[in-house]
Amino acid sequence: MENTTPNKAPYLEMKGITKRFPGVLALDDVDFSVELGKVIALVGENGAGKSTLMKILAGVYEKDQGEIFIEGNLVDIQDPLSARNLGVRVIYQELMDIGNMDIAENIFIGREKRKGIFVDKNAMHEEAKGLLKRVALNVDTRTQVAKLSIAQRQMLEVAKALSLDAKVIIMDEPTSSLTETETKVLFGIIQRLKEDNVAVIFISHRMEEIVHISDEVAVLRDGKMVGKLAKEEIEEQRIINMMVGREISDIFAKEDAEITDIALEVKDLNTDFLKDINFHVRKGEVLGFAGLVGAGRSEVMRAVFGIDKKESGQIYIHGEKVEIKSTVDALKHGMGLVPENRKEEGLVLGMAVKENISLASLKKLSQFNFINKKQEAKLADDYIKSFQIRTPSQEQLVQNLSGGNQQKVVISKWMAMEPDILILDEPTRGIDVGAKKEIHLLMSRLAKQGVAVIMISSELPEIIGMSDRIVVMHEGRIKGEITQENASQENIMKMAIS
Amino acid sequence: MTDKTIGKQNGFTAAVKRAVKSSSFNIFIVLLLMSIAMYIVSKPFRSIDNVLSIARNFSTYAITGIGVSMVIIAGGIDLSLGSVFGFAGVIACMGMVNLGWAVFPSILLGLAAGAAFGLFNGMLVVRAKLPPFIATLGTLSIARSLCYILTEGYPVTGVPTTFLFLGQGYITGIPTPIWMMIIVAIIFAVFLNNTITGRRIYALGGNEEATRISGININRVKLLAYTLCSLLAGFAGIITASKLGVGQPTAGQGFELDAIAAVVIGGASLDGGEGTVTGTILGAAIMGVLRNALVLLSIKSHWQSLIIGFVIIIAVTADQLKKSRGK
Ligand SMILES: Nc1ncnc2c1ncn2[C@@H]1O[C@H](COP(=O)(O)OP(=O)(O)OP(=O)(O)O)[C@@H](O)[C@H]1O
Ligand SMILES: [Mg+2]
Repeated sequence: MENTTPNKAPYLEMKGITKRFPGVLALDDVDFSVELGKVIALVGENGAGKSTLMKILAGVYEKDQGEIFIEGNLVDIQDPLSARNLGVRVIYQELMDIGNMDIAENIFIGREKRKGIFVDKNAMHEEAKGLLKRVALNVDTRTQVAKLSIAQRQMLEVAKALSLDAKVIIMDEPTSSLTETETKVLFGIIQRLKEDNVAVIFISHRMEEIVHISDEVAVLRDGKMVGKLAKEEIEEQRIINMMVGREISDIFAKEDAEITDIALEVKDLNTDFLKDINFHVRKGEVLGFAGLVGAGRSEVMRAVFGIDKKESGQIYIHGEKVEIKSTVDALKHGMGLVPENRKEEGLVLGMAVKENISLASLKKLSQFNFINKKQEAKLADDYIKSFQIRTPSQEQLVQNLSGGNQQKVVISKWMAMEPDILILDEPTRGIDVGAKKEIHLLMSRLAKQGVAVIMISSELPEIIGMSDRIVVMHEGRIKGEITQENASQENIMKMAIS
Repeated sequence: MTDKTIGKQNGFTAAVKRAVKSSSFNIFIVLLLMSIAMYIVSKPFRSIDNVLSIARNFSTYAITGIGVSMVIIAGGIDLSLGSVFGFAGVIACMGMVNLGWAVFPSILLGLAAGAAFGLFNGMLVVRAKLPPFIATLGTLSIARSLCYILTEGYPVTGVPTTFLFLGQGYITGIPTPIWMMIIVAIIFAVFLNNTITGRRIYALGGNEEATRISGININRVKLLAYTLCSLLAGFAGIITASKLGVGQPTAGQGFELDAIAAVVIGGASLDGGEGTVTGTILGAAIMGVLRNALVLLSIKSHWQSLIIGFVIIIAVTADQLKKSRGK
């Protein structure tokens, strides 16, 4: 565990790193170093440059200026392969595994074990089994990766890194799609990595986690390294202040709104996975959906919104029975949905920020099928300003934005549509504290205006702070309902697990 | 004040900047270099007649290319358009010759015949959920076969001379097909850039699932894209029939490859979501100048396809390289 080098020089050092994208100075003369056997947290607001810095370390982006040293030696990281050979391994914000392969194939892709000219499947499955055990992933190595949950896929990524004998493991928002329990498992693994003398770089927007797991915190703001905190200095409020450069409180609170008529009621909804789903949400209300990942919360919303097929069940909107067979029907009845996976379901990555924001409201922005481009630009501008979306212009392609800013674009798109009933599936995933507060405020404001809001979240403090009522799901069924007064992390978890 | 924040630039220099940045600019430079090279080495290339004849020839590629570009932008592909091109030409001529219809209704009949095949393609993709490649490959065969069945393999002759104006005539000294190309280009550039439907075609090709979740009827968008594609292929086929003066059942064989090549050279991505009308016209122009050059330089016809094949491969490779470097 102890670093044996006498002068205790850091294992890996990045010096004077600068990176410029068209219109954006993403990194400005950044110094960053890591030591073996330590967890260093890299924090900052959306678009601060965290992912960019890590992508440079991983050989995905080329740096404009700066040097990288490993054990004091200047190294040249040109591409992902050279980073891998130097023992640097990244677990990305976006999952990158190949869905139609099985687990063992995925772990050994590109370096398959061989027996003569044949692939030695048995040996691969044997070793994969051992690796899965190390990350506490309890599935058969022949399972197709597409069948795993996001959390399990993340664990698989860690297993892959372990099999590559990585010295430095970078985790870019690994917990953003994990539940509490799964996060605990991941932290157990990180602990073990430390004991194996691996350096872990950990990126997250969740302060409790950072305080809990890190030995050191490095803070980026607007592409500059603004400071470092040693273990004993790590404290939530202090990190936040350094990140945003101003005071901000991290509490969720829904303001009181007048809760009136039932806006949406779902009766006896069944699909091949969901059983007997019954719930309603009123105007002015925020209804929280809690449960473990895989409990079926997103599936409920997908069925209600007309994305997935229903086997049976009725939907009433403002007291009237309606048929929702497709998303077109859903929008017609004033529903909006911020989906769970922004890249697959939320955004057209190759389109401009502006065009993504307006995509669900084109009818409103047009006369006789012709888009009023001035109105469209103004709409986009309004949302870019009010959500502080960090982009050089509204013409920027969404794929060039940071993860959190992409999420803001998805939310803007559905806000722009002005729904009566708004469903948000993990709306603050990957969003920094400031913006998170912004989104909570917005939800609160919408409820005040009489919008019925449904929010799925795996973050219990968020659920408890924002919801008037909480529906708890487990394995495709609704286990029960808790009012805000009675809500606590313990009783929600108890319901969600049993 | 808002002008700046909106990011819109005004003035001539800004317009130039935007043009240089746009994806079509590289293709334009290639076209320019090719033309300059030809201008230097070949005397006959320099005549205005030659330039007009090149433009007349590629205008049908451009019109068809604009059609198929919509399908490609929407994330699909249409291999049937060469056959639909031939079929529409044959039907229009048969309207005049066999049914004795007037010129204009016959043209409409030909267009309707083309569009019908597009609708058929669209239904196969949307309802039967066939991969576009397979569906339109089937249509390629069916439409061509219908050309032969209806004509028994003989060209449809005896069209009225007024019909010939579409392919052979001139308006203010410029061949009619070029005017047709310009009109089609303007209409569809406006359609793709300024209408809801156009925007949805791009969104669909960029991310089908996100587009569906945005409450857009993606099936309708697909049907429309295939229909418009075949409509324009049919229009090009009718222009060609007029140029030839007969309805050739063999017209447009292999045409799909040239049209798709023009679109791809013009910067569209076969993955969908990308492509422009300007790019497609420039792509068609490159193909046109190239074919003309090969003839003027007396390259043996056996070699011509080989060279064109390489040009397509080089153009697409260059585009891929540019994209992967941008990441
Ligand atoms: N490929 C790219 N092209 C253009 N700009 C980019 C590109 N990648 C990142 N940027 C810009 O660089 C800046 C830093 O982005 P980065 O992804 O590093 O942020 P981040 O700190 O990881 O944010 P988040 O917490 O939202 O993930 C942002 O302004 C982003 O828009
Ligand atoms: Mg990031």
